[in-house]
Amino acid sequence: MKFPKIGFDNLKNEGTDSVTVKERRKFLKLGLAVVGVYAGGKILSLTSVIGTAHAANGVGSIKKYPYNPHYSMVIRQSLCIDCELCVEACNTTNHVPEENYRTRILSKRYTDTLDKQVEFIPVLCNQCNNAPCVRACPTRATYKDPVTGIVRMESKKCIGCKTCMLACPYDARYFSVERRAVDKCDFCWETRLSKGEKETACSSACPTGARTFGNLTDPENIVYKLVHQIEEQVWVIRPEDDTKPNIFYMKGNMLSVDNILNEQKFKYFNPNKS
Amino acid sequence: MTGRIVNISKKWGFHGITALKEASPGYKMIMGFFLLMTLAGLAFGLHALYVGYHHVYGVTREISWGLLIAAYIFCVVTSTGLCIVSSVGHVFGGEAFMPIAKRAVFMSIVFMFGGFCIIFFDIENPFRMAIWNVFSPNLVSNMWWMGTLYGAYLVFMMIEYYFLLDQNHSMSRLMGFFGLVVGVAAHSNLGAVFGMLHGRPFWYGPYLPIYFIFSAAMSGGCAILFFTALGWKINPEIMNQRMERAVKAVTQLTIFMISVIIFFTIWKILTGMVSEGKQLVLMSMLTGDFAVNFWVFEVFLGMFLPLYLLIRSRGNNFNLILWATGLMLIGIFYMRYDIVIPGQMESVYHSLGVVEAANLLTYTPTLHEIMASLFGIGFIALAYFAGEKVLNGHQLEKHEIVPDGGYICPGCGAIHFMEAGETEEDAMKRHHRIW
Repeated sequence: MKFPKIGFDNLKNEGTDSVTVKERRKFLKLGLAVVGVYAGGKILSLTSVIGTAHAANGVGSIKKYPYNPHYSMVIRQSLCIDCELCVEACNTTNHVPEENYRTRILSKRYTDTLDKQVEFIPVLCNQCNNAPCVRACPTRATYKDPVTGIVRMESKKCIGCKTCMLACPYDARYFSVERRAVDKCDFCWETRLSKGEKETACSSACPTGARTFGNLTDPENIVYKLVHQIEEQVWVIRPEDDTKPNIFYMKGNMLSVDNILNEQKFKYFNPNKS
Repeated sequence: MTGRIVNISKKWGFHGITALKEASPGYKMIMGFFLLMTLAGLAFGLHALYVGYHHVYGVTREISWGLLIAAYIFCVVTSTGLCIVSSVGHVFGGEAFMPIAKRAVFMSIVFMFGGFCIIFFDIENPFRMAIWNVFSPNLVSNMWWMGTLYGAYLVFMMIEYYFLLDQNHSMSRLMGFFGLVVGVAAHSNLGAVFGMLHGRPFWYGPYLPIYFIFSAAMSGGCAILFFTALGWKINPEIMNQRMERAVKAVTQLTIFMISVIIFFTIWKILTGMVSEGKQLVLMSMLTGDFAVNFWVFEVFLGMFLPLYLLIRSRGNNFNLILWATGLMLIGIFYMRYDIVIPGQMESVYHSLGVVEAANLLTYTPTLHEIMASLFGIGFIALAYFAGEKVLNGHQLEKHEIVPDGGYICPGCGAIHFMEAGETEEDAMKRHHRIW
């Protein structure tokens, strides 16, 4: 059998002149999509999206989030001072029974750091788009609200098997004796949001702005702005469980965040500047 | 149907309540003890239900499944195992296994009820379950399938038992087959209740559904050996040549299944040691708080001692078998406990490296939990001892004496009855009708 001889070494270099600008952009986009550079790609891989949205499309052209309003919380970890006002506000607003909590603040200690030795991490129900508790519930007593995406409870259907409490990778559920059902954070839907308020009890009680609550589908919303940027890293807790959480974390004390909040698009590059 | 024997005491081997009255004082005392245990367990359970489980149970927000779930799993594993082992004989035609069928199916039903007794006191709203399981089913929930499949399993087993008593072997075989299929589905699904919680690395994966089935076969072999040997202690006349052969066959099967479980356990540990999510918990089992549970009860009592004793017994030393399997049942209970609790010991935030989740969580069963578990265990024991008397040791006649109008079927080894004017061959065709 004969193989056609191709002398790669002897091929003539066509040069870059023959590649059109359009083609070059396409190629670069492909590369960026592969390495996942675009923040849009990162965020979308964390929140599942109904329909397809590709990383290469970038931030500006995300088709849509699965819910509208898509409630979400961004926690700027460095701003949390462990004052626990949020926990207090939550307990009183939602009548959380004693010894239970819907949200709490974890602390992480460091010994070999120069700037600070402790870091506080507020945790609460992540209102996962792919919620393990919703799958595990035998009677559909817990469900994803089809409009807001909040994981809610229909207490009368709860049989108290506690599978959801074990399914939850965020320890966000507890059995409420008063309700005779498992209870959890519902982004204050029952007590505040459904009555027209715009924020949860914990985020409005936060004195430092560590908790920011908002609608991820609204480009003017602070949550949208904090998530849709590439200067500062945004992450979620336990991404390996693939639950597509709606609580995002970032350090949040950098200049870039101030720039975002001051509506300056980027620190070094302003596309609107001619 | 004039000539057909309709006396159920003869046909079903049913001796009625009189058999209990005639029991020896010692036997009555044992039954009284288990009756008291059942009632005490029930009282504690009802008290817990009345004052609220969170006041009296040791379960917490993080470790929300405790001793009761472990005891429930112990019961349903044994129930499924009894079904699997008995089906070798009267479903798949392994002749040696046939004589154990009646006792095994009876105990399988009893263990299932015992399990339901226990879980009744674990589920917070058991009455809501009956309503919303039907009206608001979640078809992707393992918990829903568990309730549904075990319900169906229980129904099949009860129908099967009726046909076994009624000497209708073709129907009992069919029902036994359905019971086996549904039982295996239900039981592997119970493994999946744990195995599909992907936030819990100690449980997550296909291991538990598979392990549960093999483990059930081991438990079933162990349980039927124990209950047969105990039946022999109660009434030595239940032993006959066919039963001895059956015990030998089941002993061989159980030895094999123990080996399989040893193999499973070794690989669970070895694979877990390289996984960050499991290593901490496994180390607790190997050297930490769970070391006694694991090494003494699970490994020594549950595996190696019975393996040794059963091999030594050669399948015909019933005293040795009784000891081996009795200790093994205790070991098996710890095996279940060692699945349920360690899976929850590592906090979900441990991997985050926070102070609050640095150590493993702990759980200690409370008196109420222990007593509510004993409610189910006591009920099983009570039903067993009552059954041995009322159902005449799960046999028709002693010493292989074939009752009038009956004969030992050469096909299945059971005692069949002929109708008037019927030959043995016709009777056998009637009993083993394929329709």
